[in-house]
Amino acid sequence: MADLTRVLAAGSRTVAPAALPARFAVAAAAAGLLDVGYATYDAPFGSLVLGATTTGLVRVAFDPLDAVLLDLSARLSPRLLAAPARLDGVRRELDEYFAGTRSSFEVAIDLTLARTPFQKSVLAAADAIPYGQVRSYSDVTRSTGRPAAVRAVGSALGANPVCIVVPCHRVLRSDGTVSGYAGGPERKEFLLRLEAGSAAQK
Amino acid sequence: MGVLLPPFQMFFDEHRDDVYRFVRALVGPADADDVFQETFLSALRSYPSLTDASALRAWVFTIARRKAIDEYRAGARRAVPTEEVPEVVAPQHIDPDEQLWDDVRRLPAKQRAALVHRFVHDLSYQEIGALLDCTAEAARRSVHEGIKKLRATWQT
Repeated sequence: MADLTRVLAAGSRTVAPAALPARFAVAAAAAGLLDVGYATYDAPFGSLVLGATTTGLVRVAFDPLDAVLLDLSARLSPRLLAAPARLDGVRRELDEYFAGTRSSFEVAIDLTLARTPFQKSVLAAADAIPYGQVRSYSDVTRSTGRPAAVRAVGSALGANPVCIVVPCHRVLRSDGTVSGYAGGPERKEFLLRLEAGSAAQK
Repeated sequence: MGVLLPPFQMFFDEHRDDVYRFVRALVGPADADDVFQETFLSALRSYPSLTDASALRAWVFTIARRKAIDEYRAGARRAVPTEEVPEVVAPQHIDPDEQLWDDVRRLPAKQRAALVHRFVHDLSYQEIGALLDCTAEAARRSVHEGIKKLRATWQT
């Protein structure tokens, strides 16, 4: 009896084979059940969390992985899985961007997390700033057609769900100082230096 | 609405080893991967409509048990009797532990599930009863019945 239960209990040492989670994510996507796929990306200044719906890239975040997953799960859908394949395109473009060989992103973007038309228009204005250039918050505010809304523009940019890919880092204070960035001012400066250096070589 | 479910990946990571152990014990190593995947696909399909986030573990075990029974029935259909006698593996090559698991898989479904929950997952009879939708006492009886049958053929 003792031996018999020992053999049964030894079954508890079995673990799911390592290939099963990835195989499951592929099957879930094929079955149309993967609402949000995510992957991490090692940027030169640390890790980014990337998320994509079936529409396109929905999140580029500097925050810790678990915090991002909980947020995406609550705001988009709990059907959320690690799905590196879905993020292959944007990871390749980020590689090129950080190598200084890419000046704009081509991946499809899903702006679902930008809730208001105003925030979408602010992000569109930021997206129109050419690589290697900067604009002030008031420049962006003027282009949205609501000149009194400088503060609202600041918070709309601060809530940019797809940092880097929509280049909110190209918007600075009127005096040119670097301030307010989801990834911290050092990362904003890093991106601006990277773009200034690569733009000068072109 | 208003149920805060963990992101599916977290739920999957928390339960995948237990679910794998469970289905492997129920259907055997050859079919375990497929039943595992069917279980989690089924869970993913109905996940957003769950109204109770407190019983996720019991919920996924229930799905796994159902999928294992489906597989068992499909397997029985596939096993077409043939004229040819299959080659018999020499007795000295049979791992006695694997032999025991084969015996486990021949037990009635409820005894099988109860036994795995008791010894592989180390659950109490109270917890097993909740999972199998019976009383703790009935769960204890299922485990003891199962053990008794295993002991009849088990030799060390």
